[in-house]
Amino acid sequence: MTSVIEIEGLRKTYRSGIRRKGIDALNGLDLSVAGNEIFGFLGPNGAGKTTTLKILVGLLFPSSGNARVLGKPLRDLSVLSRIGFLPESPHFYEYLTCKELLDFYCRLFRIQKAERSKRVDALLLDVGLENAADLQVRKLSQGMRQRLGIAQALINDPELIFLDEPMSGLDPVGRRKIRDMIHGLKSRGKTVFFSSHILQDAELLCDQVAIIRKGRLVTQGKLQDILAPKQASYEAVLTDIPDAAIESLSRVSESLDKRDDRLHLVISGRDNLLAAQRIVVDSNGAIDSLAKTRGSLEDTFIEFIEQGLEGGKAG
Amino acid sequence: MKIWAICLNTFRETVRDKVFILLVVFAIIMIIASRVFGFLSIGQEMKIVKDVGLGSISIFSLLVAIFVGTTLVHKEIDKRTIYTIVSKPIRRYQFIVGKYAGLNLTILVNVAMMSAFFYLSVKLMDGTWSFDLTMAILLIYIEVMVVTGFALLFSTFASPTLSAVFTFLIYLAGHLAKDLRFFGEQSMNIYLNVLSTGLYYILPNLTNFNTKNEAVHGFPIASTFYAYSIFYGLFYCAILVTVSSWIFKSKNLK
Ligand SMILES: Nc1ncnc2c1ncn2[C@@H]1O[C@H](COP(=O)(O)OP(=O)(O)O)[C@@H](O)[C@H]1O
Ligand SMILES: [Mg+2]
Repeated sequence: MTSVIEIEGLRKTYRSGIRRKGIDALNGLDLSVAGNEIFGFLGPNGAGKTTTLKILVGLLFPSSGNARVLGKPLRDLSVLSRIGFLPESPHFYEYLTCKELLDFYCRLFRIQKAERSKRVDALLLDVGLENAADLQVRKLSQGMRQRLGIAQALINDPELIFLDEPMSGLDPVGRRKIRDMIHGLKSRGKTVFFSSHILQDAELLCDQVAIIRKGRLVTQGKLQDILAPKQASYEAVLTDIPDAAIESLSRVSESLDKRDDRLHLVISGRDNLLAAQRIVVDSNGAIDSLAKTRGSLEDTFIEFIEQGLEGGKAG
Repeated sequence: MKIWAICLNTFRETVRDKVFILLVVFAIIMIIASRVFGFLSIGQEMKIVKDVGLGSISIFSLLVAIFVGTTLVHKEIDKRTIYTIVSKPIRRYQFIVGKYAGLNLTILVNVAMMSAFFYLSVKLMDGTWSFDLTMAILLIYIEVMVVTGFALLFSTFASPTLSAVFTFLIYLAGHLAKDLRFFGEQSMNIYLNVLSTGLYYILPNLTNFNTKNEAVHGFPIASTFYAYSIFYGLFYCAILVTVSSWIFKSKNLK
């Protein structure tokens, strides 16, 4: 299976009139996305996620580099008719009703009248806006706008859907609904490419992720693989530890807490775990319980990005 | 069909905007109120009603052209409504042509409504409605189309405020183009002469669209003049929209 998105050395410099130098939003981004998967495009704010998406859907022109979507060069009309795009906090014509707006988008795909009204009704139902069909956009809540945005992104039954921060500004119920929709799309054979600066979103959804920072790819792969070496974190409860060993244990653990005659330890990383186990055995102590926990994913993520950046600089 | 969809939407958006409705209502009040001015000058009533009527139609449609025209594309980028449109299978020129057509349709309806009231107030005073009055309104409309074209063109690269200033300057210069050339020819300075002749050909000659005076006073106008003016206006619009599309084609929609 060939990749549905292929990005090579993509660069984008924003130039504004006054500042001659410009802002480098993308600095030679490379990326490849296979078909029928949920792909998380992750990175902190300002990493260049939105810029990349806007280039892929033809709103911005790259300063240099190449990108192909569905095997064709950018801005190819046949490609645009096979993709969907939800912009970051989407905006629509305020004075149109949801129905009129979706009907308008249908026309841009030359969908015939009979088919249009069928499709619009079905989509409104899908995203749970059937009761807001005749409401003007300006009367919609943030969450409803986001759902309307998803509806318009799916209006042409696209093979590849770009979602820019689809979960931002939504409550937990809303986030969950969007997650379910994304899973549903995948089960119907679609590819979903979504950006987020929140790791949890990706964790619950993605087959593959790419992490970018400062317009460059930090890493790409399965989220578990990427984070595994970093996030392995353990909680141990030890008994019968002599005071002499506590000193050495504290050196290999993140935190150490003595309650009654039990010692609570938080250890991060396999190496530290092995070292701690040796100390316990050597000092004739006992491991009462040991559990693998996940530390704060968000912290790990940030740490990872920072290390990735330094690695990138060295290389 | 894609252009028509954009056009229709632009029309709907503009018409549902309260500011637009306010402007139209105001224009209609002006036209009706012209009767009051008429009573003040015995014997001249009809001419004043016609004068004020044509003037109101011209000014109010120009206001819409400049104020809506200069924000036409900018607003779509600023409010980010354009992201979900240009990422659909539509060519950039189709978007520009659609927006332009949509505003022209809005102004057409605007002019038609004002004209209806104008016609009624003339008829209610037992005045005569001439073919030249209809043509005067048509030419006003075509002039406004040209002005809208400039508003659109400027707004593809300048801010709305700057575009409005530029458009207004073009409007003024367009009415002075002939005088400018005359002035250049009279001057002994060859550079001035070349400059003014150049400007004469680049700037729209908006005096071609002004037959208000003739229509009000019933002076005859050759039908070839109408034909020429209409053709000239439409040709000018086509050029403006082409250049706008060309600029917009490589614009980054940030
Ligand atoms: N229109 C713009 N003009 C100038 N700089 C911009 C513009 N849009 C984004 N940037 C800059 O480009 C970088 C990447 O932005 P963006 O692609 O929006 O990141 P993300 O979506 O990952 O938060 C940031 O440094 C941002 O400040
Ligand atoms: Mg973003």
